[in-house]
Amino acid sequence: MTGTAVDLIWLAPALALLGFVLNGLLALWRPNAKVAVSIIGVGVLAGAFAVGAVVFGAFAALPAEAPVVFRYWSWMPVGSLQVDAALQVDQLSVVMLLVVTGVGSLIHLFSVGYMKDDPGYARYFAYLNLFVFFMLVLVLGANFPVMFVGWEGVGLCSYLLIGFWFNEKINADAGKKAFIVNRIGDFGFLVAMFIIFWATGSLDFGDVFARAPTLLAAGGGAVTAITLFLFLGCTGKSAQIPLYTWLPDAMQGPTPVSALIHAATMVTAGVYLVARCNLLFALAPVSSAVVAGTGALTALFAATIALKQWDIKRVLAYSTISQLGYMFVGVGTGAMAAGIFHLATHAFFKALLFLGSGSVIYAMHHAYHATHSHEDAQDMRNMGGLRHHMPWTATLMWIATLAIAGVPPLSGFFSKDEILAAAFARGQGSGQVVWYVFWGLGLAAALLTAFYMTRLMLYTFHGLNRTGDAERPHLHEAPWVMTGPLVVLGVLSAAGGLINIPELWGGGAWLHHWLEPVTRAGAAVLPEAHLSPATEWALVAIAVAVAGTGIVAAWRLLKPEALVPARAAPAETGFARLLRNKWYVDELYNFFIVQPLVWVSREILWKRVDQGLVDGAGVNGVARGARALGWLGSRLQNGQVGVYVALFVVGVLAILWRAIG
Amino acid sequence: MLLGPALAISAVLFTLGVAGVLLRRNAIVIFMCVELMLNAVNLTFVALAQRLGVGGQVFVFFVMAVAAAEAAVGLAIILAVYRHKQTVNLQDINLLKG
Repeated sequence: MTGTAVDLIWLAPALALLGFVLNGLLALWRPNAKVAVSIIGVGVLAGAFAVGAVVFGAFAALPAEAPVVFRYWSWMPVGSLQVDAALQVDQLSVVMLLVVTGVGSLIHLFSVGYMKDDPGYARYFAYLNLFVFFMLVLVLGANFPVMFVGWEGVGLCSYLLIGFWFNEKINADAGKKAFIVNRIGDFGFLVAMFIIFWATGSLDFGDVFARAPTLLAAGGGAVTAITLFLFLGCTGKSAQIPLYTWLPDAMQGPTPVSALIHAATMVTAGVYLVARCNLLFALAPVSSAVVAGTGALTALFAATIALKQWDIKRVLAYSTISQLGYMFVGVGTGAMAAGIFHLATHAFFKALLFLGSGSVIYAMHHAYHATHSHEDAQDMRNMGGLRHHMPWTATLMWIATLAIAGVPPLSGFFSKDEILAAAFARGQGSGQVVWYVFWGLGLAAALLTAFYMTRLMLYTFHGLNRTGDAERPHLHEAPWVMTGPLVVLGVLSAAGGLINIPELWGGGAWLHHWLEPVTRAGAAVLPEAHLSPATEWALVAIAVAVAGTGIVAAWRLLKPEALVPARAAPAETGFARLLRNKWYVDELYNFFIVQPLVWVSREILWKRVDQGLVDGAGVNGVARGARALGWLGSRLQNGQVGVYVALFVVGVLAILWRAIG
Repeated sequence: MLLGPALAISAVLFTLGVAGVLLRRNAIVIFMCVELMLNAVNLTFVALAQRLGVGGQVFVFFVMAVAAAEAAVGLAIILAVYRHKQTVNLQDINLLKG
């Protein structure tokens, strides 16, 4: 306890939990009390954001930089394992707290408009509040188990919200896929926790990081295993190769959910985890390289798939995977602040893009609804020219597009440039070619990012409208409760870079310095490499040139006029088809992993083990044994009193024999 | 004072009773064998009462009273069974068969 407003930190998750309880009760008993649900749902988030802001202010005013840990009660006192239900306030968790509650509030507000006519309105807000609660537990937890509770909880909410419209099988399947793929990652997290406890004797962040430099040999097997298993958890939660396949399917959920959970907050948990454990990753150079390499590969790979998707949300989903890859390049190279910076800016512009797409889908859906048409409201081939119908959304999404493409001086430019520069600097500092390769991959991904985002904007908002003549008059801008949050996010996307303007540009690199108390331990083991200003300017020039090339190329090469509505569109051929089908990764996984697993489950586990062994020898075997014993006993009961008497006499004799003998 | 022979006779009588119950088929005979066993026990009581006090002799009266009651109930049952099955041969009566 510090005696300052920092002590109020428990209020932030508690408010979200309160929102869940109240909305959950309303969902059960008063599902149509939409006004109350909206006030509670958005109110608790706004309250949590206010708490976050107050805590941030109070924490910044504290004289000491050390983390403030609040131990509320002893959760698992088992021998030498002491786990408390504890929250931790430090520079990193405060930043995450503000991003989660800030962006979360805007998305909750947007949901009020987007989900207005949904019969599951109260249930939706209950889940959304529960998600925020678990997300706050994740980022505020002071030890690995508490963080893991949040980690699992957000996975649960993600499952519930992906399958929100569960009466369609495809949605329920997408939810299950997300949950199961995430379980594979969670297994990694669990194993990592076991090794951490075995190696350091504690699971508290403070203890583990204090003991790690002495107990764990740098580059040794233990720390490498810990970090690789942790990263396996990250690949699941943050949708990196090889576990990224659930995220595109997660787009089956409501669009604000995609914005909140599958773009801005939950999927960045992996990045947060690596940044939190920066010391461990610094001690394991191999793992760091694996993190950065996986990130770079994912960034490029997902970007190629995004090039040929027609579903507006799927483009953004692959874009999210790609941008998460960037964050991992950042934290993998040791540039923790750059990774978190990109996390924050990405939360702004990707939430804006998703909410913008939500507002487009909302308009399209209403137009098709008005004419009772059953066309796909998310297919870009059915859009086009929407800027005339929804100018606000178009303008704001252009801001986000330029930001994600890395056009200065928008937010994405600074964060992406910092990550790429860090990878390049690491190559220069260590002399290892592999870092240049990562930088090159990142640059290529940046080119594709600019291209596919421009393609998305071009096909959605420009050219001629392809929605249909009957529907066209029904296309219009979403209500203000939806465009309002977009405007705020637009400002953040444009100006978000201000929190970390690099020294090169005469800025103060505020976020970088703010996070230093957290990243210092890792930076002491693995110092961040620095570049000469000339090199940095050259890198900036290259990045801007690449972004510009991507945008201009898309603008010149793509012809929205040549598109036809989805219904009449011809199938792709050649390479385009390969990309359209996502490199057939889902099919490969299905063939090599899912089908064999299903076969083993059905033929061996079900028919042999369950039906043969458990049912046959176990359940039915016991029954057969009991019946045999019963048959033997029933032979004695032949109704002949003489036999009974004889047995009785034998029994008496036996007892007498025992008594006398 | 003749305790040994008295107990020996009692044992013989009891064994005869048991053997009769085990081997005979007729319910009336079995019933008589049960009485034989009761009286063998009575003899034991009386014989031991000489050594151990009068309690044994008192107990004999109880046994006789119970035996009288038993005879009344038992014979009634046998009569009822006979009316029902037209036999008192226990091998033909297996209503207890499980």
